Amino acid sequence: MRKYTPKDNVQAKAYYTDRFWAAPRVPREAVEEGGHFEKVVSALGESVKESYIEVGQLVLHIASTDNFAVIKTLKEVCGYTQCSEQSAVDYLARDGEFELFYQLLNVHEAKRVRVVCRIKKNEAIESIVPLFNSANFAEREMFDMFGIQVNNHPFLKRILMPDDWEGHPLLKTYPLHGDEFASWYEVDKIFGKEYRDVIGPENRDPAHIDRYDTKRFARVGYEVPFGTDISEGETEQSIEYSETFMVNYNKSSKQLDKRK
Amino acid sequence: MAQHQVNYASSAGLPIALTSVDKLVNWGRSNSLWPLTYGLACCAIEMMASGASRYDFDRMGTIFRASPRQADVMILAGTLSKKHAEFARRLYDQMTEPKWVISMGSCANTGGMFNTYATVQGVDRIVPVDIYLPGCAPRPETLQYALMMLQKKIRKESANMKKNEKQNLRLV
Repeated sequence: MRKYTPKDNVQAKAYYTDRFWAAPRVPREAVEEGGHFEKVVSALGESVKESYIEVGQLVLHIASTDNFAVIKTLKEVCGYTQCSEQSAVDYLARDGEFELFYQLLNVHEAKRVRVVCRIKKNEAIESIVPLFNSANFAEREMFDMFGIQVNNHPFLKRILMPDDWEGHPLLKTYPLHGDEFASWYEVDKIFGKEYRDVIGPENRDPAHIDRYDTKRFARVGYEVPFGTDISEGETEQSIEYSETFMVNYNKSSKQLDKRK
Repeated sequence: MAQHQVNYASSAGLPIALTSVDKLVNWGRSNSLWPLTYGLACCAIEMMASGASRYDFDRMGTIFRASPRQADVMILAGTLSKKHAEFARRLYDQMTEPKWVISMGSCANTGGMFNTYATVQGVDRIVPVDIYLPGCAPRPETLQYALMMLQKKIRKESANMKKNEKQNLRLV
């Protein structure tokens, strides 16, 4: 028999992990001497804590307080004029920290840089909107999804979820099917909390079959007419065959043989 | 409508048609269903195709209307997010009675593959649905069939909408 595993929290871990599985890691190379990236690292000086090359991209680990100064240098000195992506990764369970990253592009050199910094749960980060307007929506999304406060952002407001939403959905602690607030959101908003009983909880079971619903489901038990109320119990029906099928030839009164 | 056996030629051309108010009203209602131009996701592409020349909803008297005040059918075509549920309900409320709702596609029916925090798990949580149309996405023929089923349903209804509400136990 298969071992029982609790199924209410599938988000926490994978269904199955191989005992000998080792996650493949992208090889990290040292920054080449005399190359473009070496100039970038030397231009940033002391603020770079760690630097290496991953899939042809320079990765710079910096302190979270330096993010504005570092990105300003990258933009104005090193020619990284585009910020293509900015977001965060939730490592709260493992390290108690968020990892924030900024993905920058130098179109003249065709080079990319990822600036990575880490912040604690209740820390804020400085906005880079004065440098890159494209970070405006990205930082709003980060605030929406992770609840990370961004200082000096021009319009820090939820961008994907509704303004009155509670919780930050991309946190690992947030359940995929939503919390109590999320599951009743549309009912509370449209009809009010008193209609929760009328409408009922969400059905999250994709294989759900209601045996007693004779309108919307094919019959599981005995056939009953469409829309019949069988909540009190189904009436058992004996199996009946067609009368024409059950012709009894022996009881026929007709004399087939005329000689008698 | 009621069948009548009037021979116009023999009865001096008397134009007689026998019917009831219900049937006459429902004949009018069912043959000019005007859905709201309202698409939510990819099902809306199929809905647009149904309205366009190849599938031609117009031949069934169905013309998409851009205002909820002029529409009497709401086709909820696609994934309804929780953020948008409020506005879908508002559009439904703005439509004039009598009105009907077709839930088009898996996402509108049950939330479909979006078994997540942000998707309404079936639009019947916010509006009363008359026809559930399965498919991902349903082809235009299927939507036409759903509309024909809705026409059939309307023809069975009473012209008095209050009576229907009692029969169908409509939500809210």
